[in-house]
Amino acid sequence: MTETGIIKIAIFLIVILFLVKPLGFYIKRVLCGETTLLDFIFAPVEKLIYFLLRVKPDKEQNWKEYTVSIIVFSIFSLILLFFIQRFQQLLPGNPQNFGEVPGILAFNTAVSFVTNTNWQAYSGESTMSYFSQVAGLSVQQFLSAAVGIAVAAVLIRSFARKNTDNLGNFWVDITRITVRLLLPLSFILALFFIWQGVPQNFNNYVTAQTLEGAKQIIPQGPVASFEAIKILGTNGGGFFGANSMHPYENPTPFTNIIQCICIFLIASSLVYAFGLMINSKKQGWTILIAMIILFVMLIVPMYYFEGNINPQVKKIDSSLSEDLLKNMQGKETRFGIADSVLYSALTTSTSTGAVNCNLDTLNPLAGGITIFNMSLGEVIIGGVGSGLYNMLMFVILTVFIAGLMVGRTPEFLGKKIGITEMKFVMIALLISPFCVLFFTALGCFLPSVVADLKAYGPHGFSRILYAFMSAANNNGSSFSGLNANTDFINISTAICMLLGRFVSIIAVMGVAGSIVRKKIIPPTSGTFPTTGAIFVVMLLVCILIIGGLNFFPALALGPIVEHVMMFSP
Amino acid sequence: MSKHPKLKQSILNKELLLTAIKDSFKKLSPIALFKSNPVMFAVETICFFSTGVLIAGLFVSQKESTGFVLQITIWLWFTVLFANFSEAVAEGKGKAQAESLKKAKSNIKAKLLKAQNETKYVMVEPSKLGIGSIVLAETGDFIPADGDVIEGMASIDESAITGESEPAIRESGGDRCAVTAGTRVISDWVKIKITSGPGESFIDKMIKLVEGAQRKKTPNELALNILLFGFTLIFIVVCCAVEGFAYFTGFNIPVLFIMALFITLIPTTIAGLLSAIGISGMDRLLQANILAKSGRAVEAAGDIDTLLLDKTGTITIGNRFASEFVPVKGVEVKTLAEASLLSSLSDETPEGRSIVSLAIEKHNLKKEAYNITDAEFIPFSAYTRISGINYKDSEIRKGAVESIKSLAKNAGVEIPSDLDTIVKEISMKGGTPLAVLKNNKPLGAIYLKDVIKPGIRDRFTELRKMGIKTVMITGDNELTAAAIAAEAGVDDYVSQATPEQKLEYIRKEQFEGKMVAMCGDGTNDAPALAQSDVGVAMATGTTAAREAGNMVDLDSDPTKLIEVVKIGKQLLITRGSLTTFSITNDLAKYFAIIPALFAASYPGLQALNIMHLHSPQSAILSAIIFNALIIVFLIPMALKGVKYKPITAAAALRKNLLIYGVGGIIVPFAGVKLIDLIICFTGLVS
Repeated sequence: MTETGIIKIAIFLIVILFLVKPLGFYIKRVLCGETTLLDFIFAPVEKLIYFLLRVKPDKEQNWKEYTVSIIVFSIFSLILLFFIQRFQQLLPGNPQNFGEVPGILAFNTAVSFVTNTNWQAYSGESTMSYFSQVAGLSVQQFLSAAVGIAVAAVLIRSFARKNTDNLGNFWVDITRITVRLLLPLSFILALFFIWQGVPQNFNNYVTAQTLEGAKQIIPQGPVASFEAIKILGTNGGGFFGANSMHPYENPTPFTNIIQCICIFLIASSLVYAFGLMINSKKQGWTILIAMIILFVMLIVPMYYFEGNINPQVKKIDSSLSEDLLKNMQGKETRFGIADSVLYSALTTSTSTGAVNCNLDTLNPLAGGITIFNMSLGEVIIGGVGSGLYNMLMFVILTVFIAGLMVGRTPEFLGKKIGITEMKFVMIALLISPFCVLFFTALGCFLPSVVADLKAYGPHGFSRILYAFMSAANNNGSSFSGLNANTDFINISTAICMLLGRFVSIIAVMGVAGSIVRKKIIPPTSGTFPTTGAIFVVMLLVCILIIGGLNFFPALALGPIVEHVMMFSP
Repeated sequence: MSKHPKLKQSILNKELLLTAIKDSFKKLSPIALFKSNPVMFAVETICFFSTGVLIAGLFVSQKESTGFVLQITIWLWFTVLFANFSEAVAEGKGKAQAESLKKAKSNIKAKLLKAQNETKYVMVEPSKLGIGSIVLAETGDFIPADGDVIEGMASIDESAITGESEPAIRESGGDRCAVTAGTRVISDWVKIKITSGPGESFIDKMIKLVEGAQRKKTPNELALNILLFGFTLIFIVVCCAVEGFAYFTGFNIPVLFIMALFITLIPTTIAGLLSAIGISGMDRLLQANILAKSGRAVEAAGDIDTLLLDKTGTITIGNRFASEFVPVKGVEVKTLAEASLLSSLSDETPEGRSIVSLAIEKHNLKKEAYNITDAEFIPFSAYTRISGINYKDSEIRKGAVESIKSLAKNAGVEIPSDLDTIVKEISMKGGTPLAVLKNNKPLGAIYLKDVIKPGIRDRFTELRKMGIKTVMITGDNELTAAAIAAEAGVDDYVSQATPEQKLEYIRKEQFEGKMVAMCGDGTNDAPALAQSDVGVAMATGTTAAREAGNMVDLDSDPTKLIEVVKIGKQLLITRGSLTTFSITNDLAKYFAIIPALFAASYPGLQALNIMHLHSPQSAILSAIIFNALIIVFLIPMALKGVKYKPITAAAALRKNLLIYGVGGIIVPFAGVKLIDLIICFTGLVS
């Protein structure tokens, strides 16, 4: 750990804390249907969309109608994206003349982008036409992010409203979120990337003669626009296979830190917006601070362990200086250890899935922490929308377990937590662990998977674990070294992504549907306090015990054993 | 009031324990367990498996020694038995009481009348009686079924139900017409119209309730069960996955070890104690002589936000006493005191007596100075609201201010201008003014003071801390009510309250999202009792009131409402604390078992063995033993309930979190280590 590194992380957090207030306020206005800046542009665009979709913007939906809308919309998106890939050779915007994407891979990719996972079993520059990237993948990066935010909005509304079934209108929500929030922010960010040297064109790939005289093909494309929503929507799917390690996706340390900020930006501002919408800023801050403490609790050891020198390397040549012994394998020299650790911690805690270094080559415990980040289920800030709604599931669980200790039926924000809520909360919280454990164990039994690992022992195990953890928690990054483009992995990760995303969305909607009907009990001194330090501690303990314990054996057998072995003579 | 001695039971009682032990074996039936407690059913499944391994070990040689498997098996069975035992003990207490109630019911015969005006009756079994049947009950008869008195009046011994040894008067009409099966007529006779079908009488319901036969899981318990079920399910997956992970490492982990991991991870502690907590919560209410019709009501009691309390009997001691004589201008205090004394000499009510003693003590008057043998007493009448005396040549009257004023007015006497001021002042002090008039001339007023119960103010402060709003219901006028409310420290009051107003108030509170508790006895209270979230009906009340409420107070003591809230909260706190404890326990168990599981494949994982347990076998056995024993250690707490003090939720949370949350993390580390030391020292495992 270096001082500069620590200061960098601290500055990053301070910037975030400054930004959540203005953006959170803006998001609140977007979600509450209020007028916003540039209304004169947005309002006509939205009206046109409502007209084309035949949506009556004033008609609100109950939880079932809203959920059906989400599912119908997502199935439609899935089919559309699948066929764009399958027919890309017939479509325009394909200067490299890429052929159709193979069926199973196309399915996996379609699922991956519709579920906001962006798990990529392909390399963009050698598989996807510009049209597929822009009209297919990038569109879903916007829409899947909007769906996540919409679900969070519904859950917030369910707490803010009482004695009603109305939770908002899905079509209006995704339209407003996309038009007023995601598009403008992406536009600004894309301009910034272009300024920093990220390409934005539809040119043919360039062939260059290198100094050694070799021929090198340099891919081109509309990278900046793709990159902007990849980061802002916590999607993480790169234009190129190398993702943010690629100099065209993340050219400078400056773009790197801006990407870091933008990864946290919307998801953390949404927590502030939550506070505003339920009329308790304090509640919003409590949850945001819990998230940030969790983040710090995990990034500090991660940075520490990554900064350590691998004793096995030292053994080879102990005469080398400390600097040369540092773990730079798989890292970009323009970023170094601190930036790589920060980026990896951010992307694994927000389910972004972008990488600016090779996660597979992190020291065992640092890599273990990236797995652990994901295993908590997108609650450390988390994906846009999904971070908040999953965190609120944990909040409800905490309130339920500990809330009884004050001698009242547990309640959160004046809403009693009953049987229906607990049923859905348990489904929402357990679906991902269920998928991860099931498929990891299945993978362990399959010789085909094990043979593809290129590593045995604990590290090989970590690779399988990482893959399913990433898919089921809609992260999308991976430990390289696992051959992802096989039928088994394509299908099993697709199942993980679908279940991890939509089962939990349905469960969250179920909670919202039940909560919104309840009356709001006014708080008294007998009410379980859900703000302040004690609640933060309780929430964290609950997340770590419930979220973490499921994976204790797996982590022990992967990263922890690997770490212990690294130190054995 | 004397309580029924049978209602009180000590927690430990030899007979009770023996029955409970027997019952805990009976409860091993897998089918019953599957329905009532899925977590324990999972444990039992593992028990059967483990027993199978044990038996197989007798014939085939196995990796693990038979002695080790035997010990694991024994402790697994103990886990289930301990959980069953906790439930059986809780139920046993209720059953003992049901027995005494059943005795009250047996050998009853009914005197069935064909119609109300008939005198001839036929003897029938109570089971032959239907709703609407008319029966006669005479001196010495037991009331055969619940009903309302439609004719006659009798004094009835209700001790079998209420524990109250003093007989109660039951008569037709009014709020005292309900009679209960199993009670006995001591004198006179009554004709009763039966209001409940066979097997549904109050006493039948009581028996079922205390036996726990009708116990349904409460909403909160069900929600908690979902949580526990979810954890069990995910830990099944976790443990199965460990088998897969182990396959990847190329080493075999004995299935028994993984089963042990499973048992220690699933929330056995709270699952084992959950129903005992619920039953004993009902039981604690019963010990306070309150009968809850459902566990749901007990739980709701913990959630109460607003408490409606009747002034008389709850906030004030039933009787008012005279504290001052306030004469109008131109009248000597002594004159007023003398007039008051005379008018009250024959008034045997506590108020009357207090007037007499005030006059004697404060104004040095002597009772003996007045020869009242020739005097004519005018008794109090509810119609005129006046009483008095005609003594020698003076006519003295005392009574309600308005009545006295009209009396003077009718006689053409001018009402002293300051009388109204005096009356108002007394009202504002929370007192009731009683005007006194001599020969049609108003002399002044007696200040009757309400006595606030000692300590009640502190109880209201406690309730406020707990977040509960107290509302005083009184028939007094606005001024008096306001004054008493301020003195007693209640948060709100309803003056000149009618049953409709009570109902209105409850509805208003509920509309704001609050939960309301109240108590009542009369038929006119029934709508409000039914509307309230917790309605405590007095046992002396009407059938309508008892049906409407969800609790019945056998002592008919309205102060109990506060007790009910406390017991409800205590129940929830106990459940929450033990849940927290059970879940936080998992941390230590992981650290005990994971290194043990993979000790062979990855010796490096011994780094996680932070407790330095002796060997994989000792680690697993210690964890299993701890898991079983902790249930036993917590049984007393489940039965008695966590200690409850009225403090704010934030303070309660801090305290309980520290004890059960932090304790839940630390205790198992210490416990497992200790057990490990013991079993290694005694050589139970190698």
